[in-house]
Amino acid sequence: MTAPQIGAARFIGQRVPRKEDGRLLTGRGTFVDDIVLPGMLHVAFVRSPIARGRIALIDTSVARDMPGVHAILTAKDLSRFKIDMLTFYLTLPGIEIPPLATDRVAYVGDPVVMVIAQDRYLAEDAAGLVAIDYEEEDPVVTIDDAKTGPLVHPGSESNAAAVLGVEEDEDLEALLASAPHLVTGTITHQRVSQSPMETRGVVVDQQGDEELTVYIACQSPHLVARYLSQAFGMPNISIRVLAKDVGGSFGLKVQPWREEMAVIAAGMILRRPLKWTEDRLENLTAANQAREQEITLRIAFDADGKLLASHADYDLNNGAYPHGPDCNIAVQMFMWAAYKMPAFGFYTKGWYTNTVGLAAYRGPWAMESLARETMLDIAARQIGVDPIEIRRRNLITKADQPCTTSLGIQLEDITPAECLDKLLETLDVPAFRAEQAAARKQGRYLGLGIATYIEPTASTGSIGVMSGELAQIRIEPTGKVTATLSTHSQGHGTQTTMAQVIADQLGVPYEDVSVFEGDSSRGGFGPGAAGSRQGVAGGGASMKAAKLLLDKVKRVAAHLLNANPDDVRLENGVVYVAGAEEMTRSLREIAEVAYGEPDRLPPDIQAGLETQYRYTPPPVTFTSAANACIVEIDAETGFVAIKRWISSEDCGVVINPAVVEGQIAGGLAQAIGSVLLEEVSFDARGNPTAVTYKDYMLPAISDVPDFEHVHASTPSKSEGGFRGVGEGGCIIGPPTLVNAIADALSPFGARCLDLPLTPSKILELIEGRTILRKASGHGAGPQAAAVDRPTAVTASEPDATPIGEAAEPQAAPPLEPAPATAVDGLWKMVLSTPMGPQAMKGRFATNGQILTGTLYSDMGDQDFEGIVAGATLKWDLKVEKPVSLTLKYDVQIEGDKLSGKVKMGFFGNAKLTGERL
Amino acid sequence: MSEHRIEVTINGQAHRATVEGRLVLGDFLRIDAGYTGVHLGCEHGVCGACTVIVDGCAVRACLMLAVQADGCEITTVEGLAAPDGTLHPAQQALRDEHGLQCGFCTPGVVMTLAALTGDDKRPSADTLLAALSGHICRCTGYQGIRRAARRLAGAPAGEEPA
Repeated sequence: MTAPQIGAARFIGQRVPRKEDGRLLTGRGTFVDDIVLPGMLHVAFVRSPIARGRIALIDTSVARDMPGVHAILTAKDLSRFKIDMLTFYLTLPGIEIPPLATDRVAYVGDPVVMVIAQDRYLAEDAAGLVAIDYEEEDPVVTIDDAKTGPLVHPGSESNAAAVLGVEEDEDLEALLASAPHLVTGTITHQRVSQSPMETRGVVVDQQGDEELTVYIACQSPHLVARYLSQAFGMPNISIRVLAKDVGGSFGLKVQPWREEMAVIAAGMILRRPLKWTEDRLENLTAANQAREQEITLRIAFDADGKLLASHADYDLNNGAYPHGPDCNIAVQMFMWAAYKMPAFGFYTKGWYTNTVGLAAYRGPWAMESLARETMLDIAARQIGVDPIEIRRRNLITKADQPCTTSLGIQLEDITPAECLDKLLETLDVPAFRAEQAAARKQGRYLGLGIATYIEPTASTGSIGVMSGELAQIRIEPTGKVTATLSTHSQGHGTQTTMAQVIADQLGVPYEDVSVFEGDSSRGGFGPGAAGSRQGVAGGGASMKAAKLLLDKVKRVAAHLLNANPDDVRLENGVVYVAGAEEMTRSLREIAEVAYGEPDRLPPDIQAGLETQYRYTPPPVTFTSAANACIVEIDAETGFVAIKRWISSEDCGVVINPAVVEGQIAGGLAQAIGSVLLEEVSFDARGNPTAVTYKDYMLPAISDVPDFEHVHASTPSKSEGGFRGVGEGGCIIGPPTLVNAIADALSPFGARCLDLPLTPSKILELIEGRTILRKASGHGAGPQAAAVDRPTAVTASEPDATPIGEAAEPQAAPPLEPAPATAVDGLWKMVLSTPMGPQAMKGRFATNGQILTGTLYSDMGDQDFEGIVAGATLKWDLKVEKPVSLTLKYDVQIEGDKLSGKVKMGFFGNAKLTGERL
Repeated sequence: MSEHRIEVTINGQAHRATVEGRLVLGDFLRIDAGYTGVHLGCEHGVCGACTVIVDGCAVRACLMLAVQADGCEITTVEGLAAPDGTLHPAQQALRDEHGLQCGFCTPGVVMTLAALTGDDKRPSADTLLAALSGHICRCTGYQGIRRAARRLAGAPAGEEPA
């Protein structure tokens, strides 16, 4: 496609050429490793070769004497700064996260020493000469290890990083047990690496005492600047963060990690510009990773295959230092959001282990779609319903809306059922079934997989850091348009799409609009590319700002040309007055007056043609999709060939179809990687075993088919009608492909829900062998390390899947009478919320059995009343954010400590701990 | 550390340098010669981002030492477009087909396509796609890259295998 002709009415919806491509195709982009500053030195890290242990001795003397080495720094040297490593939500993580290891190491790759030298070659030479003695301990590698093994963070209460939900819910168990059909399955997702082609990197440059400039590969320079400001807590320094071109991120570069923080601190100590560029070995071993999780999902259906109830038991490996203690509550929130599910309960847990920490990866909650959609297919077979039909019977359609899901999510315009209908207009299922049957007779195994989902995009307003976006637009005296946006591209093409929106709304040529982003000193705060939000929030901001600016142009031009503002129109950069052709002016002529001759402007109008708008979209904008994929499995080799893939997506008004399809295709390719190829694995001692791209296999061009796209384009309620599209492919892709593989393997009566589905696993299924999950980890004790624990994850006869697996009821321990306790006074407390630990203070006063008090937190101060019974305090508190909930506190006081739980509505119980102040 | 005098031609410009024996060609091109369009993605020869053309052949600049390039003619992505800015057909095809997003792997993809289609060669789409299987792109799902390769291939459109 070529660009629309000058004068085309609309740019929204066009496949215009990208503004980014000119520089990127000719090698003139500016990535962080391209930054070279005078006097710049280079950093290499000395990293822990063991997963768990104590640092006994660090000897840097030989390395320090090497010519070209400028400094060697350890945690002790960095301790002159008090660095608070923060969660993605910019809260404290609840565990101590040192930029460099202090007395202990917690995973293989843990940075211990920094070597700073004239060039990277010398820095790595010297790093090899640093001698460190460790006292090694048995590591905690897997989720199972974490449940029983030693504490990953000594001094913490347990290895549970975060827990929400209800462990035993009798009412739900009764519903599940009495249902005509109950389907149960366990789905295991391997750990993956986000693997942006550009690794992490940072260049730090402190100028004098008061200015700090940081170039960093990131998802939002504004967010990094805010993070640095909070983490270093240095009020007297101005921080500027720059990131022009970023080579992909996919969740990894959302926040600065330990290495980046160590380099920035070292730059401020040495007062020399420093550069650290992560190499791929470091990226695959020491950059935070994602997705290692397991879920057991139970789904109850009535006799007609309609949903009755469901329960999910979920565990997530957080590694040692995650992006925040995380039990992935979004998995539960969106598990059944698109379906008519009367009752759903969950128990969701995150676990610390001696592995590299957890980070976001495109669609961090994607496990919900994988678990639900694969289990729906299994249920369809078990109940004897077609997989398409079981979705049709249960999906929320347009006619069902507006409605509120069982977890309190409000829906008004989701369209997964409509996306499925559109998909089936493109895919002839009966014809495929005939082809499949014929192929099977020839010993060829074809399979069709279908999945549907909705995705929450552009979440705004409920979590502080997820703000709206700012657009500042000006028409220059030259008549050209300059926009400074809070959006940021790591491949998203926001310079292009935002220019399309602005050109479209203003009425100027696309070529005349320049978009600038990537500099925290320009424009305003925005969290950047996180949560499929920039099209919605940035697009909306660009629309609104452009409209304001157009109004001003009209008023100025009307005044100058003695016309009515309603008769003025701006088209293709030319100002026209209706019915007065002789009044036609170029935008430049109007702009020159607006800047240079303010006395000719209306008296109430400011000189210049500049405006800004901060747009906050609705709290959530949902995108819907249905996907289908056809595979052929080679029964001799176990290889999966993807023959066809159709994406039917409703992402609202499409700004640029090429960009939207690019986002979907990129996500789907990553999904293919997760299902078939990619796996970060560890041995029993916690050593990573996939440390190059020879072992960690990313999808190549030969692994990814041509995708077919169907766009439904139902306008959303947000400005411009846009919906987010960044993560969707990576969420809906895995179940679509897994379902296709299961369909192809159905003649063998086998299924496998243990990713990745490598050729050897598929061959084992075909040959009827029981799959043994790879022995990874179990390093908690020598006896565990020595044995491969066989875990069958196959049901050789899907129709014979056991039904009904009610959890064993456990009697609650009887309450012991508590001694008289001093309650009154001021307490400090930490509540483990879905967004990480939240610190607060509480003042309690008792009067007999009446408790009164106030809670002081970031959310404001709230008074409450409750009851006291011995050492037990109970009170309720209503909160409005992130969603409207009544929190039920149930707290026990023991001396100067308190502990207890807070029932947070459908989120289940959260832990509360505290001490007297 | 052994040092070697080398002479290379980069994008038509003669360069003389003294390099350590261990200096990788990719680092030499980026750091010493200033061609930062050479992107090092994995430094072990898998991802292909650092591909440059050495004496007419596509070569991974991370797997070759600078000293091995002595006497060679090297083209980087900066040297492909015409002096008036007209893009090389490989660059233009990727641009027209939306074959890039973040642009980090792009220089390598461009150089492989340029090497195989140089001197007006028109290899089949299969040949080009086989060569591209040595390039990792994490953003695009290869859709635009494949369309660009088909456009550059010799076989007429529509006769290519799906």
